[in-house]
Amino acid sequence: MPRMLTVHDPRGFPPKVAGKRLAPRLDGLDGKVVYLVDCLFDNSEVFMNQLRDWFAQHLPKVVIRQIKPRESWVDDPEMRAIIAREGDAAILGVGL
Amino acid sequence: MFARLVKSVARVNGLPTLRQVFVPQPVVGRTPADLRAYIDGEDPIIGGAFIKGVIDGLTGTLVAEDLSSLAFDRSTPRLLPPDTVANLRRQFEESRWTDFLPIVLPTEQRVAAMLKGTSRKPEEIVGRLQPARFRELWEFNVEKVAVNAVMAGARPEYFPVILALAASGVTARSSSTTSQATLAMVNGPIRNTIGMNCGIGAMGPYNHANATIGRAYGLLSQNLQGGSVPNESFMGSQGNVHSYSAVYAENEERSPWEPFHVEHGFKPDQSVVSLFMGGWYIQFGGGPRETWQEQFRRSLRACDPYSGPVLALDPLVARGFVDRGFDSKRKLAEWCSANSTLPAREYWDNQWVQTLLVPQAVAGVEPYASYLKAAPEDLVRMFRPEDISITVVGGETGAMWKMLSGTYLRSVSIDDWR
Repeated sequence: MPRMLTVHDPRGFPPKVAGKRLAPRLDGLDGKVVYLVDCLFDNSEVFMNQLRDWFAQHLPKVVIRQIKPRESWVDDPEMRAIIAREGDAAILGVGL
Repeated sequence: MFARLVKSVARVNGLPTLRQVFVPQPVVGRTPADLRAYIDGEDPIIGGAFIKGVIDGLTGTLVAEDLSSLAFDRSTPRLLPPDTVANLRRQFEESRWTDFLPIVLPTEQRVAAMLKGTSRKPEEIVGRLQPARFRELWEFNVEKVAVNAVMAGARPEYFPVILALAASGVTARSSSTTSQATLAMVNGPIRNTIGMNCGIGAMGPYNHANATIGRAYGLLSQNLQGGSVPNESFMGSQGNVHSYSAVYAENEERSPWEPFHVEHGFKPDQSVVSLFMGGWYIQFGGGPRETWQEQFRRSLRACDPYSGPVLALDPLVARGFVDRGFDSKRKLAEWCSANSTLPAREYWDNQWVQTLLVPQAVAGVEPYASYLKAAPEDLVRMFRPEDISITVVGGETGAMWKMLSGTYLRSVSIDDWR
């Protein structure tokens, strides 16, 4: 009969996950302000410019605004406040 | 490549049904026309037109699952169910709790022995770690650090060093796509009391304390932060050999300069561990000889401009620099800064300089703001003096030096964890 051992679990303590509800969706995009949030990865601005141009060509009634956080990979509460105050929706992108 | 990762991040942030759409990878290095083709093309993960996914995500109908605000608990147990040695070894390996080298199983007796290496209570919270800034922080106590120290084969007398590393808030298992490693260097009296090596072979596998402290730092990082699993919580494209173990001690006794921790505000009789982010490149040379300036300029220019070097100088090299008038580490760092130049065009073309320093330049932070205004062929300094760390290590068998990629992050008191 092999010897049985009791050992410790080596993992840390994960945070409890607090669920959040998704924001209500929009009925349509015409006349709405949609923020394109450039997350500052290399070349992401070029991607967002192309996305902006797509909207201008195909859905010109959508008001597109581009915005960036003040620093890479750091939360920017001021930027989030602007989007919440002045925007109807936001698209975050894009990495690597 | 990042689909699993971003879905996991959304889930643990309480938004498992967050609308996500994907374009092909990479975005880096692609032309505007390429990226427009991504936008006009198919979503390679979810399927269907990418842009339809964007529009539907903003305007579609929410379902009950979207509104349920699902919360869940992911607790981990203190002890695992009893099992055989063979089964436990298999479980640790299959759960990716090891570095795939044999471990010491953390029995209650072994962990209790490790805990005798500190006066801190087992249940005391040490800190929090995460594999990347956008991942959630996991918390851990003294006992959990001891478990990982046992697994690495460390001895109780090393435990204060390991606790200081754990308390640093710096992971040795970053998820960065760059395969970043963390190097650590110990200063102060504890180097000698626990028998660390700062002489011959200090940066290699020739000392029990150096080797197992470094390994413990890696294991505790991956296990206490919630994992380091490829394509899930580790995205380093190539991996990094420094991640096995990269801890050494400074040769204070043979150095002509003040110890590294004293440079950073500690007293000589304090024991401290200092952390450096990088481990990407290593340059090597001997000297200083007649052409040392040319050699250093060439080596500095070969460094990655985003990651300032740690100069690891054998004491013979350090004294050679003193003979050439560098009577302090600061003077040598200033010379290296002034001679680490690159055309602005090349500097700004670096992916990580572009990603992390452009926003600072735009915000007016110097010297980056001036660099951004420089003409393409103007020479800019790759590193400020404070970006260059000078350390003394080695056993004087040869006048050898290394430049290792290593941005200095912080120094942590070891004495606080005795």
